[in-house]
Amino acid sequence: MAANSAVAHRTSTGLDSWKLGFWVFLGSETLFFGSLISTYMVYKNESVVGPFPTEILNIPLTSVSTFVLLMSSLAMVIALDAVQRGKRAGSLFWIMAVIALGALFIGFQAYEFTHFYHEGLTLQTNLFGSSFFILTGFHGAHVTLGVIWLAILWLDALRGKLPPEKSLRLEIAGLYWHFVDIVWIAIFTLIYLIE
Amino acid sequence: MATESGTASVQHETHGAHATVGTYVLIGVILTVITAVEVAVFYIPALASVLVPILIVLSTTKFVIVVLFYMHLRYDSPLFRRVFFGPLLLALFVVIGLIVLFKYLPRFDPI
Amino acid sequence: MATVDTHVPGAAPAAARRSVVWDLMTTVDHKKIGILYGVSALVFLLIGGLEALIMRIQLSRPENDFISADLYNQLFTMHGTTMVFLVGMPIAVAFFNYIVPLQIGARDVAFPRLNALSFWIFLFGAIFMNASFFVGQAPNGGWFGYANLTSRTYSPGLNIDFWALGLQALGVASIMGGINFVTTIINLRAPGMRLMRMPLFTWMAFITSFLILTALPVLAVALFLLTFDRFWGTLFFSTTAGGDPMLWQHLFWLFGHPEVYILILPAFGMISEVIPTFSRKPLFGYAVMVYSGALIGLIGWGVWAHHMFATGMGPIADAYFTISTMIIAIPTGVKIFNWIATMWGGSVRLNTAMLYAIAAVATFTMGGVSGVMHATSPHNLQQTDTYFVVAHFHYVLLGGLVLGLFGGLYYWYPKITGRFMNERLGKISFWFYFLGLHLTFLPMHWTGLLGMPRRVFTYSSELGLDTLNLMSTVGGFVQAVGVLLLFVNVFRSLKSGERAGRNPWGAATLEWATESPPVEHNFQKIPTVHSREPLWLERERIEADAFGPAEPMHMPPSSYWPIVTAAGVVGTFALFLVPVWWAPLPGFAWTFIGVLNWAYEPTH
Repeated sequence: MAANSAVAHRTSTGLDSWKLGFWVFLGSETLFFGSLISTYMVYKNESVVGPFPTEILNIPLTSVSTFVLLMSSLAMVIALDAVQRGKRAGSLFWIMAVIALGALFIGFQAYEFTHFYHEGLTLQTNLFGSSFFILTGFHGAHVTLGVIWLAILWLDALRGKLPPEKSLRLEIAGLYWHFVDIVWIAIFTLIYLIE
Repeated sequence: MATESGTASVQHETHGAHATVGTYVLIGVILTVITAVEVAVFYIPALASVLVPILIVLSTTKFVIVVLFYMHLRYDSPLFRRVFFGPLLLALFVVIGLIVLFKYLPRFDPI
Repeated sequence: MATVDTHVPGAAPAAARRSVVWDLMTTVDHKKIGILYGVSALVFLLIGGLEALIMRIQLSRPENDFISADLYNQLFTMHGTTMVFLVGMPIAVAFFNYIVPLQIGARDVAFPRLNALSFWIFLFGAIFMNASFFVGQAPNGGWFGYANLTSRTYSPGLNIDFWALGLQALGVASIMGGINFVTTIINLRAPGMRLMRMPLFTWMAFITSFLILTALPVLAVALFLLTFDRFWGTLFFSTTAGGDPMLWQHLFWLFGHPEVYILILPAFGMISEVIPTFSRKPLFGYAVMVYSGALIGLIGWGVWAHHMFATGMGPIADAYFTISTMIIAIPTGVKIFNWIATMWGGSVRLNTAMLYAIAAVATFTMGGVSGVMHATSPHNLQQTDTYFVVAHFHYVLLGGLVLGLFGGLYYWYPKITGRFMNERLGKISFWFYFLGLHLTFLPMHWTGLLGMPRRVFTYSSELGLDTLNLMSTVGGFVQAVGVLLLFVNVFRSLKSGERAGRNPWGAATLEWATESPPVEHNFQKIPTVHSREPLWLERERIEADAFGPAEPMHMPPSSYWPIVTAAGVVGTFALFLVPVWWAPLPGFAWTFIGVLNWAYEPTH
């Protein structure tokens, strides 16, 4: 695939096209999440019926899940460092760490969603429900895709197919992962901490 | 975007200044601390009036730190910065524009 | 690799008979993909044109009953949706695909398989949307789908589902194309091809791609909000729950206004190639043309609510959008002057391509003038939702986009096919189309200001607009003759057109340093450029490289995973129509399998 830099190819900038293309994609994704966040902000405090955010959002719990996601980004950069330096055991451990922390984050989200459902907040209940679930839902879907992506890369590493020359594959997965993390930083502040 | 075009081979992760794992861990600690401060500020009633500006500053700081260090933009070509921050600025414009249009501008109410 | 390598996995070279279809289904060659896009867009042009003609027949007389109101709603919706998404955007991408790599001296785009994926998603998505006609439920909420007319309550059928799901798929294809072209233009330029040496068409492709990348995601969100409302009962546009239909309008037009610049900038790029070539003069004010294009793209993000002056946004918003919309006329107007200045003092050759380009500039300007009238928000209250608006945007689109596009077609046809289009037939078809378009849309300025609303399936004779409407209808058929003659020209010239050499127009840019049509790898050796007009200023050296001995190279192999994955993507969207909760799951699985195989397919 992309990161096979065994064949050196000339580019106008000296930069890898896959990495450039992926940053371009991330630029595009800011507009996607920006529009979803706009929808949430426009409808903030406009719900006609409850449950309302202050009644139902669990700040301590979400602070923990936010911390988990931040730590997964740390694990991600350590994993990349391990792969770039050809350290097999370190690579396997730290990629798995990202997967585990990511899965834990999704677990927290799943718990939160089911808890809200039992408290009477669904997609159809009010504007808060609609805009909250669609924003955090799309974010969670992105995290899930990231976990699957990393699991595939972990299997590659297991089979010795992720040597330093192919580290760009993990680097790009890492860019995706960190992006999902910074979107969450925005969501945590705008949804949970600002009333 | 005044980039030179030439027969440059693909740069394979060669950078002068490069963060070490130690730096990354330190940044992880900083991110945790900022998050803790954000949550603390949330719970302090005396700061309620300045909550929003403080949170925005703190969150933006976290955002920028992750982008510059974990996503390596500080050490990489400025080109990556441009293709990412350009659209991001546009996204900010959209968010702020819609908030202003819906929440702050007086509208003509339907009869 | 020491030799030209065109490894096609699984296909023996001698299997020529069945392989044409297979070749097209698995190609990753930017030139073939460009032709696929182009042919598809031209087919949809006929369909969209037919939809328009049926509408015009209905409107040729007051109180007509040629078609029902319901069918009329489907026609004007699909006419707009088709022309914007299935003609305007794909034809631009067709030329981006074919021409941009040649103009920058590359062998293909940055991501050839992603390129193929974009095309197949576009084609399958377009077929999906048009399949709605076969169940009598074509989209009928306008090309702009305003909430909450488009809610399940007020649009209970499948019409809007086809529209929202189909458009979502098309948006994915466009965004991928945007990523591809931005990366290609930044990263695959020939040595010496600095950004400010790139041809104007490539510059416009670059700016358009940024617009696509930023605007389409906003539409995607709007469509998701609508889809969630319709399928899963969310309340985004439910007024009783506090929802605001205005949110749809803002999100749609945040996309929609950059969209019209996505439509027009490629045509501006084409005009900027044709006019200098047939004036035998470099483009006047190259740098200004680049910056004005970039400014149009940027300011275009700040004008969207000029489509909403009649919605009660309040005086501050109205004032801001009036001013920003007027400001954008400045970089646009600058281009008009520069095109004129390019011709001034040049050795002008009025062949068909040039006629189209000049007519495009003039007609677009007329549309621009009515645009400034619309920008004035007090005027807008009188003009909005009338035929005055229809007049404006058809003038800028048929004027700027279509005439510019036809000019580009006559210009690049010899490069693509190795043959000229017939000049005589070309000029005849030009005059039919040009006169037809004015006959159709000029009267609409009057019908609009005299009070005829748009999007109506009939009107009363008491308005006194019978004759003007009839003129518009006649004009539509005159246009149709012009378009049909153009198609005849395209087809006949394929077989019997006069043969064209490598650079039949004596043009300046790198695409003309290739065979006609180019070999698969475009250039034997990628040339080095030192100027904006390489074939005018350094021809010998460039042609020595382009046609000399081949350098070592690697061409991307064909692959069937893009078309397979595309079927999965569109299939997933289509499966949402099936009223079982797990229906889209096979689609997701199929897509996932396609992507996985793609990722691990060897490309060397």
